[in-house]
Amino acid sequence: MPKLVELTLSQIIAGLQKGDFSSSELTQAFLARIDRLESQLHAYITLTPDLALAQAEHADQQFAAWRVDSNVPLPPLSGVPIAVKDVLCVAGVRCTCGSKILEDFVPPYNATSVERLLESGMVILGKTNTDEFAMGSSTENSAFGTTHNPWDIRRVPGGSSGGSAAAVAACLAPVALGTDTGGSVRQPASFCGVTGIKPTYGRVSRYGLIAFGSSLDVVGVLGHDVVDAAYIYKLIAGHDQLDSTSADRPIPDFELLDSSRGSLSGFRIGVPDEYFIPGMQPEVETAVREALREFENLGAEVMPVSLSHTEHALPVYYLIAPAEASANLARYDGIRYGPRVQSDRMWDIYSRTRGDKFGSEVKRRIMLGTYALSTGYYDAYYGQAQKVRTLIKNDFDQAFENVDLIAAPVTPTTAFFIGEHLDDPLAMYLEDALTIPASLAGVPAISFPVGFDKQGLPIGMQLMGPQFGEEILFQTTHTFQLATNWHLSKPKL
Amino acid sequence: MTKTIKSKNSSVSEFEAVIGLEVHAELETKSKMFCACPVVDHNLVEPNTAVCPVCSGMPGVLPVVNQRAVEYALRVALALECEIAPVSIFARKNYFYPDLPKGYQISQYEQPLAVNGRLTILTSQGERHIPVRRVHLEEDTGKLTHVEGDEERYSLIDLNRAGIPLLEIVSEPELHSAEEVRAFAVALRSLLLYLGVNTGDMQKGVLRIEPNVSVRPAGSSEFGTRTEIKNLNSFRALEKSVGYEIQRQIKLNRQGKQVVQETMGWDEAVEETIPQRSKEEAHDYRYFPEPDLPPLVIEKGWIERVQSSLPELPLVKLRRFQEQYGLSAGDAGMLTANPAVADYFEGTANAATGLTAKSAANWITVEIFAFMNQAGVGIEDIEVEPQQLAALIKMVNNGEINQNTAKTVLVEMLQTGETAESIVEKRSLRQISDSGYIAELVKRVLEENPEQVATYLKGKQGLSGWFFGQVMRAAKGKADPQIVKQELERQLGEMDQ
Repeated sequence: MPKLVELTLSQIIAGLQKGDFSSSELTQAFLARIDRLESQLHAYITLTPDLALAQAEHADQQFAAWRVDSNVPLPPLSGVPIAVKDVLCVAGVRCTCGSKILEDFVPPYNATSVERLLESGMVILGKTNTDEFAMGSSTENSAFGTTHNPWDIRRVPGGSSGGSAAAVAACLAPVALGTDTGGSVRQPASFCGVTGIKPTYGRVSRYGLIAFGSSLDVVGVLGHDVVDAAYIYKLIAGHDQLDSTSADRPIPDFELLDSSRGSLSGFRIGVPDEYFIPGMQPEVETAVREALREFENLGAEVMPVSLSHTEHALPVYYLIAPAEASANLARYDGIRYGPRVQSDRMWDIYSRTRGDKFGSEVKRRIMLGTYALSTGYYDAYYGQAQKVRTLIKNDFDQAFENVDLIAAPVTPTTAFFIGEHLDDPLAMYLEDALTIPASLAGVPAISFPVGFDKQGLPIGMQLMGPQFGEEILFQTTHTFQLATNWHLSKPKL
Repeated sequence: MTKTIKSKNSSVSEFEAVIGLEVHAELETKSKMFCACPVVDHNLVEPNTAVCPVCSGMPGVLPVVNQRAVEYALRVALALECEIAPVSIFARKNYFYPDLPKGYQISQYEQPLAVNGRLTILTSQGERHIPVRRVHLEEDTGKLTHVEGDEERYSLIDLNRAGIPLLEIVSEPELHSAEEVRAFAVALRSLLLYLGVNTGDMQKGVLRIEPNVSVRPAGSSEFGTRTEIKNLNSFRALEKSVGYEIQRQIKLNRQGKQVVQETMGWDEAVEETIPQRSKEEAHDYRYFPEPDLPPLVIEKGWIERVQSSLPELPLVKLRRFQEQYGLSAGDAGMLTANPAVADYFEGTANAATGLTAKSAANWITVEIFAFMNQAGVGIEDIEVEPQQLAALIKMVNNGEINQNTAKTVLVEMLQTGETAESIVEKRSLRQISDSGYIAELVKRVLEENPEQVATYLKGKQGLSGWFFGQVMRAAKGKADPQIVKQELERQLGEMDQ
């Protein structure tokens, strides 16, 4: 039997039910491993051992009662640990967003996604590291230090959900919540060799997700494999009255089928040429092409598809997301909560508090967004970006008339070195070039490992589906993972 | 539209005033615009007690539209005969200020809820239809209190008001005098009261009316530079400030000076408008569609339901009162300005047969209004039910008490809530109509005052009033004044012969 910390969710659920181990033992095993590895990896901003052990003990009591009387209700994930990205509110636990401006902010409410985890009996290990306000692709923009990639600690884990991805990859949590605005679940999943789902926009409530780009933000899941990610997805997805943009349509009650070879027959997977961009690391393309051959072996039909506006996605994203962010971050003014840099003059309180407490990338995007929305520039920038966003959406709609799924690399390269892109924001922005289109179109996408480069760094691939097509993504990925072992590799720590 | 000058002052007829109004009316819903917090009277309730993560702008929270607020807005928009947008868009209006928790106000901008309405106003010049440009929904801000001590200055923030549904109503700039501005305000307030969406209290800031004023040479079609007047807390302040501002701008024009585009306040004490802040600091609000809220879709059926549930509106009621009760336009106007008063009037007029509507109108507009003004209460607060007022009026009509007695009885009714009948009984105020008894009293008064009688008989007819007073005093005010008059005339007449 593998070590406790390496178990998948289904193994954990089965083990807890059979009484092979208790939730307290399991939780302590994770806390001990965190204790051993955190100084190298820094996956977490805030650990919540007291909360976790109390929740674990509560779960153990429930199991004890349930064993005596099986009529005692047992929440589906009782006693199963999870890590939560530090942009999602957990009542009573500080939520920093990786920013000095929320350094001591303790929300009195749970994010709806977190609420659903807690209702399901899950144990919260802590809050994982993130680029400040989820703005970044490496966690280097976190005000609380950079997370290190478990496969090579000199490298970044990707971002912004880099803490969650590193935590899962290093077995510091069996599964984690992340958020994805332009690739923040998929890119770190790719860099860290884990499986990450970015659901359809509106599929998971955004209530309690501290906003970056409101029309793009999605809560996602990172796990060891697609089964784990799908399990948590099913738990957190669904309509929420507190989020008017959450979709009011039922979650299909799907089961992932452990089907055999050839089960993807009839499936058409489109491959857009536009995603194999100049400058792409050759090993990435090779690994993705090989994975596509595996899909063919499994019965799928792989065919070219065109997403002709792909090249415009990056500039569109860097107008829309900062524009929304410039408004979303206006509330951090030091007036009602958070630190305040005191002054005799009101406007100085605003400018000094925000000037001191926001990091440079956040300030850069606030300024970009403010500019894009200004009178005289609105039509040329924000207005135009919205029009092109519609064209990008149309690309996907048209493509999905001919194919069931679209497959592409997640990132042009594998994990880069810490500091490598720090002085070059544009190079950093390019990291998101392949993940941004699905975000703009609001379609679901899943990222999973399909190989390693010469340095032993994981390579990821993404499948994008039509709106609310998560089930197809999960089933296809599951069929692939049954046939391959890439997702089973673990970094040596 | 009308281009002529409405001002009575002929010396200003070379200029025309152009005035538009921007009105903000809080909607009296149970909960706030985007959260479940109760809507409270922020003048009465402890600060920051009706506040939650949503209306205080905590991180990660989201707005949810209050459907009742939309319905209230639809009522107003339909009563203003607006076109309702089947799809309207909420937008963020961005600016920093400590009373604005999110750093933006959720409002509507490019696609408002309703456009192209009109409001009919009544002035001394007659009836006019003033076009309404737009009606949209937004949220109110918090309230700042600036404290200036000897040692320190600081500001306190109360967020109870933050997030209260606010309806913005914008007229076209087609008002041309302070009188028309007042008439618009009166008509709109009345409409809001009828629709049950706002208490119309300008003093408390529940209804805020901000005129923008410019002047131009009569006959010109170009607009002059305009100023806005803010923080007006009564109709009187509204009318006076607009009148003052028009004159001020005309004077500047005559002197060949420029009107500066700026926001003005109103100094109640000296009755002058004073500059508040220059528009040079004007914000770029960077409006953009609110991504947290889907477009607001108004189904046709909803519009129809709201339309059919609208009450009889003020102007229709006014016309009906004139027709059905034979009231003057003035009386009908006073009685229909407030729906509660109108109901009170109809309750009184219809409470008893043989009671004229005119007398009911008189009693209400004179005596009841006087009491309400003095006590500072609304008609809902008074102790006298319409039936009781009707009973009182009937006692006068039947000659059981006289007019003057009735007025004192009414005051007591208003103060104690007792019925007219019981007060009249208790105080033995019933009118004396026994002509034999009154003849006795008259005879006694004339006998007791021989000198005055002699003077009267010498021709000083004016003394008849004095005699009348003496007799009424002897009767403790209860004698039927008609009979007293007749009897005095008869007895003095007999003496004269």
